Amino acid sequence: MIAQTSASAAQVVEEAKIFAGREIRPLAGEIDVTGELPRSLINKMGQLGYLSASWPMEYGGLGLDPVAYGLFTEQIGKACCNTRALITVQTSLLGETMLRFGTVAQKRYWLPQMARAEKLGAFALSEPNVGSDAKSVQTTYRKEGSHYILNGSKKWISFAAIADFFVVIAADSGGQITSFIVERGREGVHTIPMSGMLGNRGAHIAEIQLTEVRIPVENVLGIVGGGFTYIVSTALDHGRYSIAWAGAAIAGEALEAMVAYSMSRSQFGEKLYQYQLVKGLIGDAVTKVHAARALCIAAGVVRKNGAAEAVDETAIAKYFTSKVAVEVTNDTVQIHGGNGCHSGYPAERLFREAKVLEIIEGTSQIQQQVISQYGLRKYAVKK
Amino acid sequence: MEIKQKIRSFIESNLVVFEDEAVFTDDDHIFQKGFVNSLFAMKLLSYIEQEFGFTVSNEDLDIANFSTLNNIVKLIEKHKQEA
Repeated sequence: MIAQTSASAAQVVEEAKIFAGREIRPLAGEIDVTGELPRSLINKMGQLGYLSASWPMEYGGLGLDPVAYGLFTEQIGKACCNTRALITVQTSLLGETMLRFGTVAQKRYWLPQMARAEKLGAFALSEPNVGSDAKSVQTTYRKEGSHYILNGSKKWISFAAIADFFVVIAADSGGQITSFIVERGREGVHTIPMSGMLGNRGAHIAEIQLTEVRIPVENVLGIVGGGFTYIVSTALDHGRYSIAWAGAAIAGEALEAMVAYSMSRSQFGEKLYQYQLVKGLIGDAVTKVHAARALCIAAGVVRKNGAAEAVDETAIAKYFTSKVAVEVTNDTVQIHGGNGCHSGYPAERLFREAKVLEIIEGTSQIQQQVISQYGLRKYAVKK
Repeated sequence: MEIKQKIRSFIESNLVVFEDEAVFTDDDHIFQKGFVNSLFAMKLLSYIEQEFGFTVSNEDLDIANFSTLNNIVKLIEKHKQEA
């Protein structure tokens, strides 16, 4: 058990590990191939509180603190990246943001239904022409009486193909950014599922088209004009924490695959692990996985304490673990040889999933910029 | 340390400009001057809530309340009086 988690939280993590091994991992390959996260699995997770693990119990959550929530995410993420992606979106991006900035009515209406998997959401920020430069969203809103009218397109939105609602980030003619809760059933909302993805193939990624969609004022999430400053920043911060653990999870899963294969496969009359060059790869992978987990736990502790530098420590963890996930899965494919290039083994799927983590929730290059700004202050020696 | 000094120290520890001329008065708009990055508002919110022990309500989230040192101090003092 990790020292920073309580006994009850540790039990949730242990149960999640068992659940992941029994219910999720056996489906991971099929989810990747079919591009579909089974509704039955989503429902089971809702029944167990796995879509709301970090939320307070009053909203159907399990009340896990950030460290325990991270360890929980790791267990799910090791078993299946797509299933972990569901948790990242529902619990971290949407739920945590609504908990902080939602009205009492919004929280009471949406969160318990999300916790039970009766309502799924999607966070609609990225657009065909807007990625890292999120302040430049081209989706627009204008006010007409007691409603806002939304127009525009969103792209690469995880779970948009099956979501019941979207948190849409849009700008008015003056560039003021606001976020809106948009129900799928509103007239003018249209989604187009996307295929051909490198990873997250079972995350029901879709484009969203909004044409003269009328949204009542009570569907504004946070304050008018606070869409980027508060909603996007908060959602992505929580998302980055989840992705940091996703990186540690994929790297950890790849390490286990690497070890198992090297101990079972023989070439030239020797097991692979007996060759020094293979031992070098394993030694590097072990070190990287340990370092990745340590950074995630450190970020979790800072988040638990509510310290302002949690944002920076989370960026550090996300940047490092996604990089490590790519490196370790790359070496896992290498050790698997030809078998690593085929879907008969999980190595190639882990390799593809790892790369995505260097892009989502802020590219590695954006993280480097944030981290350097933090470091230039923190480590400047005053004369 | 008084409130204003605490807030000034926090802002200074998060400036993303490093030249000697990166100075700001108590009434300078720190966001418009480009002295902080896009994550700063959230960090400032976390700092205020943690350091001064209250949750900033949606009604008080107007960026104007966080735009200058004096405005931030006013917001904190308002909450201290209400407590």
